[in-house]
Amino acid sequence: MTNNEMPPALELHDVSVSYHKKPVLYGVDMALPAGSLAGLIGPNGAGKSTLIKAAMGLLPVHSGWVKFFGEPLEGVRKRVGYVPQREEVDWDFPVSVMDVVLMGRYGHLGWLRRPGKADRRVAEESLEKVGMLPFRDRQISNLSGGQQQRVFLARALAQDSDLYLMDEPFAGVDAATEKAIITLLKEWREKGKTILVVHHDLTTARDYYDRLVLLNMRVVASGPTADVFTMELLQKTYGGRLTILSDVAAEAQRAEDGVKI
Amino acid sequence: MRFLILIALLLLTEGSANASRIGDVGEVDAWGQAVRFFSFQDASLRLALAGALLVGLNCGLLGGYVVVRRMALVGDMLSHAVLPGIVLGFLWAQTKDPVAILIGALLAGAAATGVSSLLARTTRLKPDAIQGLVLASFYGVGICLLGLVQNLPTGAKSGLDKFLFGQAAGLSGNDVMMMAVATGLSLVLVGWLYHDLLALSFHRGFGQTLGLKMGLLHGVIMLLTAFAIIVAMQAVGVVLVSAMLIIPAATAYLLTDRMHRLLGLSAVLGMAAAGVGAFGSFLGNNLPTGPLMVLAGALFFAAAFLFSPRHGWVTRVLRQRRRRARAERENTLKAMHRVLEDHGLAGVSVREGVTLAELSAQRRESVGESGERVRDLVRAGLATVSQDGHILFFTPAGEQRARAIVRNHRLWELYLTHAASFSPDHVHDQAEEIEHVLGEETVRQLSRRLDFPEVDPHGRPIPTVDAIHGVGAATEKGGLGYQ
Repeated sequence: MTNNEMPPALELHDVSVSYHKKPVLYGVDMALPAGSLAGLIGPNGAGKSTLIKAAMGLLPVHSGWVKFFGEPLEGVRKRVGYVPQREEVDWDFPVSVMDVVLMGRYGHLGWLRRPGKADRRVAEESLEKVGMLPFRDRQISNLSGGQQQRVFLARALAQDSDLYLMDEPFAGVDAATEKAIITLLKEWREKGKTILVVHHDLTTARDYYDRLVLLNMRVVASGPTADVFTMELLQKTYGGRLTILSDVAAEAQRAEDGVKI
Repeated sequence: MRFLILIALLLLTEGSANASRIGDVGEVDAWGQAVRFFSFQDASLRLALAGALLVGLNCGLLGGYVVVRRMALVGDMLSHAVLPGIVLGFLWAQTKDPVAILIGALLAGAAATGVSSLLARTTRLKPDAIQGLVLASFYGVGICLLGLVQNLPTGAKSGLDKFLFGQAAGLSGNDVMMMAVATGLSLVLVGWLYHDLLALSFHRGFGQTLGLKMGLLHGVIMLLTAFAIIVAMQAVGVVLVSAMLIIPAATAYLLTDRMHRLLGLSAVLGMAAAGVGAFGSFLGNNLPTGPLMVLAGALFFAAAFLFSPRHGWVTRVLRQRRRRARAERENTLKAMHRVLEDHGLAGVSVREGVTLAELSAQRRESVGESGERVRDLVRAGLATVSQDGHILFFTPAGEQRARAIVRNHRLWELYLTHAASFSPDHVHDQAEEIEHVLGEETVRQLSRRLDFPEVDPHGRPIPTVDAIHGVGAATEKGGLGYQ
């Protein structure tokens, strides 16, 4: 699927991000070729979610740049979809399943700022695809974890983007939903879409993804799953060898901010 | 609609800035006051009521966002923090000029917001502490300034003290005009940007990734809220104006789970609370309006808390009792079925009766208790009693219900032993609970899944679908546990 003439769907160059004054990502370089279904894996606190949020412009980037399809995000927003972690939203919020999926269309609203019939049709089709159409009028708190995740997927589908960045879509999801989701993601890949998934479970990572990005503050390795999923690289990612870098970087940051060490 | 009529009403009456005290008559009894209130003849009264309703509408509408975005404390902070600005605005204009006061209040509100975000960025303090701190400091400064102004010759009669607890009666035509502008602006912007604001409220980060101008939208809604608070101040008072943002919206939050309905309901509740408050203030010869509005709002909230159709406390208790009563009736029917079954007569004929003694023996209770249950069944139209009151017969509906419940019970027992590998002596108590809540569709699934069984784990026959539905659809209102 890799096409050398096409710019990568997602490219990070020397990206550093701090969170509450602590550096989380440190000079990250990464390129994701279009058409791949990639897993972003690493230990807790490795900065996986941070990487995605920073790429989407939700966290300030200390240094470096991010490009999507060779352009800054602003110009290609409609081609990029973000699927947040489930915990990020208040599931008691007074909206229905349909309302949430329709939000996927909000990037396409005209000056009247109102989703039209076509948007509703797209939302319905998306719900149908993830098997949630019967739940369209439910308030979202009456859903199981797996159902909530399907709603998010339907919303992503309604966005009709070319690249999706997904933050832990498999967290707290039942086995049936996990299978349904990965089937759906593979289907999207066949349609030429690019997907980067924050993933926790090493036992399934190899089967799910054609590419992997191993992250622990820095990109330890990135490439086709067969090349990257090796004992040595995994150990390097999870083995905590970078603690010194992390500590020193934190100190440097504090000094820069004028905090007494 | 009501809003438009009020505006029209307002335009018809000429600006009556002088007739500012509506309750001045003093010696009139409450009934006379009420008649005066509802005749709407008094121009200043019309003004006061229009102002109150506009404020209620605006605060209710914007309060919807304040509540779902968990910003109740921000509203509280803002409303207290504008007080010094109000007093300074007055000092600057040397009169209670609404525009000067508005500008002063906006500046004070902006200063408070600026200070809190500065503190949030540069210290480790959490938002609640910061808001509490800023609220109290600004309010304290405001109270001191107010004290100073009251001692000035121009200040004594300024009516600025009305800003503390609100006095709808003191509203001028200009005040009400400002309220109309603020409310109109909110209605237009919320109507137009409803979906953008929904995205902002539900998940700001996601909206941002769509390229929606979240920062701008947040600014717009905060500015509208500040504007609403400031123009409401005169009618409700600094101390309680945040309650008009929070209480109607919190009430609506209990009553509905869709945002657009929440906003509409909250606006209506806000108007109702404000109207009742204005009326109460008028009846009580110009009691402060703010506390009365809040009191009315709190009463509405209490009513919603107790009687909300879905989550109301009383509603839940009643629903529980109804469910228990139905379960009891169903258990009695089941006992009757069992007695007939032991006689080998189950399903043979509705004409066969069960004696009260047999029923009480089956249910292991006194004849008196059973008599009580029987009367309940008769009332529900599920059974009839012989003339002497000792023999009990199913009505067709009652027999149908009895078969359905026995079927539920036995199917569930069978399901537990087969699918969940319970041993047969463990399943009865489980089934006693479940039999009352199994829905029709679940029963059909169970039956299919168990390959249309004929006997339960204890060897007793399971009534068939035909036997149940053959008699004709007749279920007690509320159905067989379909809730």
